[in-house]
Amino acid sequence: MPKDHGIGAPIRRREDLRFLTGSGRYTDDINLPGQAYVRFLRSDVAHGRIKRLDTSAAAAMDGVIRVFTARDFENVGGLPCGWQITSRDGNPMAEPKHPIMAEGKVRHVGEIIAAVIAETPGQAQDAVEAIEVEIEELPAVIDMAAALEEGAPKVHDDLPSNLCFDWGLVEENREKVDEAIRNAPHVVSLELVNQRLAPNAMEPRVAIGAYDKATDEHTLYTTSQNPHVIRLLMGAFVLGIPEHKLRVVAPDVGGGFGSKIFHYAEEAFCTYAAKVVGRPVKWTSSRSEAFMSDAQGRDHVTKIELALDEEGHFLALRTHTLANMGAYLSTFAPAVPTWLHGTLMAGTYRTPLIYVNVKAVFTNTVPVDAYRGAGRPEATFQLERVIDKAARELGMDPVEIRRKNFINPDQFPYETPVALVYDTGNYHATLEKLEELADFGGFEARRQESAARGRLRGLGVNCYIEACGIAPSNLVGQLGARAGLYDSATVRVNPTGSITVHTGVHSHGQSHETTFPQVIAEMIGIPEDQIEIVHGDTANSPMGMGTYGSRSIAVGGSAMVRATEKIIAKAKKIAAHLLEASEGDIELKDGKFTVKGTDREVAWADVTLAAYVPHNYPLDELEPGLEETSFYDPANFTFPSGAYACEVEVDPETGKVEVCSFVAVDDFGNVINPMVVDGQVHGGLAQGIGQALLEQCVYDENGQLVTASYMDYAMPRADDLPSFTVDHSCQTPCTHNPLGVKGCGEAGAIGSPPTIVNAVIDALQRGGIRVDHIDMPLTPARVWSAIRAAS
Amino acid sequence: MVEISMTVNGKPVTAEVEPRTLLVTFLREQLGLTGTHVGCDTSQCGACNVHVDGVLAKSCTMLAVEADGAEVVTIEGMAAPDGTLGVVQQAFQDHHGLQCGFCTPGMVMSAAALLKENPDPSEEEIRAFLEGNLCRCTGYHNIVKAVRAAAEAMG
Repeated sequence: MPKDHGIGAPIRRREDLRFLTGSGRYTDDINLPGQAYVRFLRSDVAHGRIKRLDTSAAAAMDGVIRVFTARDFENVGGLPCGWQITSRDGNPMAEPKHPIMAEGKVRHVGEIIAAVIAETPGQAQDAVEAIEVEIEELPAVIDMAAALEEGAPKVHDDLPSNLCFDWGLVEENREKVDEAIRNAPHVVSLELVNQRLAPNAMEPRVAIGAYDKATDEHTLYTTSQNPHVIRLLMGAFVLGIPEHKLRVVAPDVGGGFGSKIFHYAEEAFCTYAAKVVGRPVKWTSSRSEAFMSDAQGRDHVTKIELALDEEGHFLALRTHTLANMGAYLSTFAPAVPTWLHGTLMAGTYRTPLIYVNVKAVFTNTVPVDAYRGAGRPEATFQLERVIDKAARELGMDPVEIRRKNFINPDQFPYETPVALVYDTGNYHATLEKLEELADFGGFEARRQESAARGRLRGLGVNCYIEACGIAPSNLVGQLGARAGLYDSATVRVNPTGSITVHTGVHSHGQSHETTFPQVIAEMIGIPEDQIEIVHGDTANSPMGMGTYGSRSIAVGGSAMVRATEKIIAKAKKIAAHLLEASEGDIELKDGKFTVKGTDREVAWADVTLAAYVPHNYPLDELEPGLEETSFYDPANFTFPSGAYACEVEVDPETGKVEVCSFVAVDDFGNVINPMVVDGQVHGGLAQGIGQALLEQCVYDENGQLVTASYMDYAMPRADDLPSFTVDHSCQTPCTHNPLGVKGCGEAGAIGSPPTIVNAVIDALQRGGIRVDHIDMPLTPARVWSAIRAAS
Repeated sequence: MVEISMTVNGKPVTAEVEPRTLLVTFLREQLGLTGTHVGCDTSQCGACNVHVDGVLAKSCTMLAVEADGAEVVTIEGMAAPDGTLGVVQQAFQDHHGLQCGFCTPGMVMSAAALLKENPDPSEEEIRAFLEGNLCRCTGYHNIVKAVRAAAEAMG
């Protein structure tokens, strides 16, 4: 019987009631009195010089309030980058200005050239179309290798080249790794592309800026995963608005997946322009705009080499990656291919020597930044693909070669050669569970059944690890972060005992309003419905870093636990006073304080009332009230891991891949609400399978984004996906946070792409078709072409 | 401006609109029924689904004037007047068929339309019917479960 209350209970979500009845309050549902509307003129060329920009006709049109160009932002800062990477030669990364509007030159399709504010969205759009702009088109650099060639057109004229940085991990090990690979009996290598993706939260971005002349206060309503971060970046670095005069509100947000972490030009524009025109200014992105203005994800090209001994033990690993930054550095872009990617190259294995080189490159494309998994899917994909190839070349079973190289349960804490210390895990356990759930033993019969229908069946496995719960501030500071990565909670106990929690993290699908109360309900013993979670408004939550990197429960939840512990400690003092007992004898259980070994008790609500009506209260020792804040800075990353398997059928005549089954076994440590965790995994799997089979941002050679709508960008649909089997019964609790939790938001997207590709290659190989690798997405055309080329 | 009249969630409505006004814009901006969402501009995502004269329609793909005289039902009209969730809505909550909630109104309208024409759909039929609704959060797994459960509850 599952629990019906507290930690571990699969309780239904309270947020569903508003979403299911159309009562949610997303940013686009907000309309402020006197609001005007902005539409942007965006570049339709990837690279060019603005020769002429004439906005006079637009400015004279009906309903137009004002037209803005880059000239209006001369005294405003560029969009800041929040992470600095240092190159191998000791130099800081190249960090070109990222202006709100193009200054003289456009560098990607979709870059903002001008803006029109008008009385209605239609009038604003009509006027945008009346702006005359003449752009001298320049050769665009799209391909990363070409961008690094001598004499390539430069995205930024004032930089020496298109190289942003050239980073190594760990540089001191480079020669040792080279030598180990030179001397190894087997070296298996692969060149692979981790293609560019569009995050595609279903809610397009929206921003509404407002300014109150009476108080000199600015408010920005925005679709953000981290309103405090936006307030800090935009206030301090872009617009120069002191934080006490700037409020950022992120109400219900319709999905983020990373793309709503970053500070975008449209947010700064609406905030700034609202003051200039003296009216609230609203921008609602269209989906087409989203494709060319939301930061995109992935886009790595990698060569990976794995050295093995005769028995299949991993000896050394070396990777060289080109990582596309796009035209400008988005907020956390430099961290993704470096510290979120290189550090994961050990995977779940004991590889003793690893060297990772990453060259980040500017191109005339939309900026790239974190997208669900951010760096970890790229790492996992390379590693798990090359391991599969190694197993094939050495004639070993792909499951056994993994098992043979696993870090064993008695080796934790385990320090990898790439700067991480895994606190806990049991990779054998998840793999064993996978073997059971995926019925490996029955595969051969299923394969024969498929073969009888002319289909090639394959089985793919993958064992991933990720670093989540980002992150210890002092560590990330050393690694180049220009921010701390703690989080916060204020637990406010109301006089009659109900509780309002103000959290610095943000829910945009993660279910915090349901799951966070489960934790406090467990700690105090009061019902969940007595606890409310408030988030998404800098005016009423403590400074927090927001939600991404599967960090909400591990960092924000830990802050809430710490604050609740302080509450309980104080409440026990009050209870001791009321019960005339020693504080050390007071116990809290089921919402009651009791004196140990007696039947004397006082209810939770009587204690909380005493805190606010302190007539009988130890005022000489204790302040009235019951409200505590904690800032929690984690001691380490958390390390969720797992083992995935899938079976696919390939139609050799058409190249079409069908996913027949998918089993995901994850170790997330302790689980607060298993129903919610299942849902998080399902969503991640769909995005990962989408990457493996369907999705890709395609630019043509001129930098035109060919896939700028759902007509051209293949989103996974219900009939593209199977039902999933997910399991999180293997639990090695995190050793350094109070809940023992690891985070579950990204696992599915990290673990599934290599599982699918491994299965497809397995299907082809078992069918006698000698194909080692196909780049994602494995569309019918690509698979069919690979089959034809091999036969 | 053009005057139009229709019934929305059982209530008669008369208003003046610009001829180019989309039905979804009319519902959201003029009637304040913001449960119907816009997730794309190419009629692919289904977040804007409503029922027009009992038929599933993408309200971003029809003009408000085309709904003149019609009976329109939006997500706001799917629960009982006392707030009790409809069968499909309740199944979505029971089976965790939503996360961020943005695609949800359109999903519920689609699911209700499916069950009207096919009261006992298979998993495959549900997946095929929902191909006009995009969800980025759930991987569709629990949505499919919810629709199946709603079919059984309506039995």
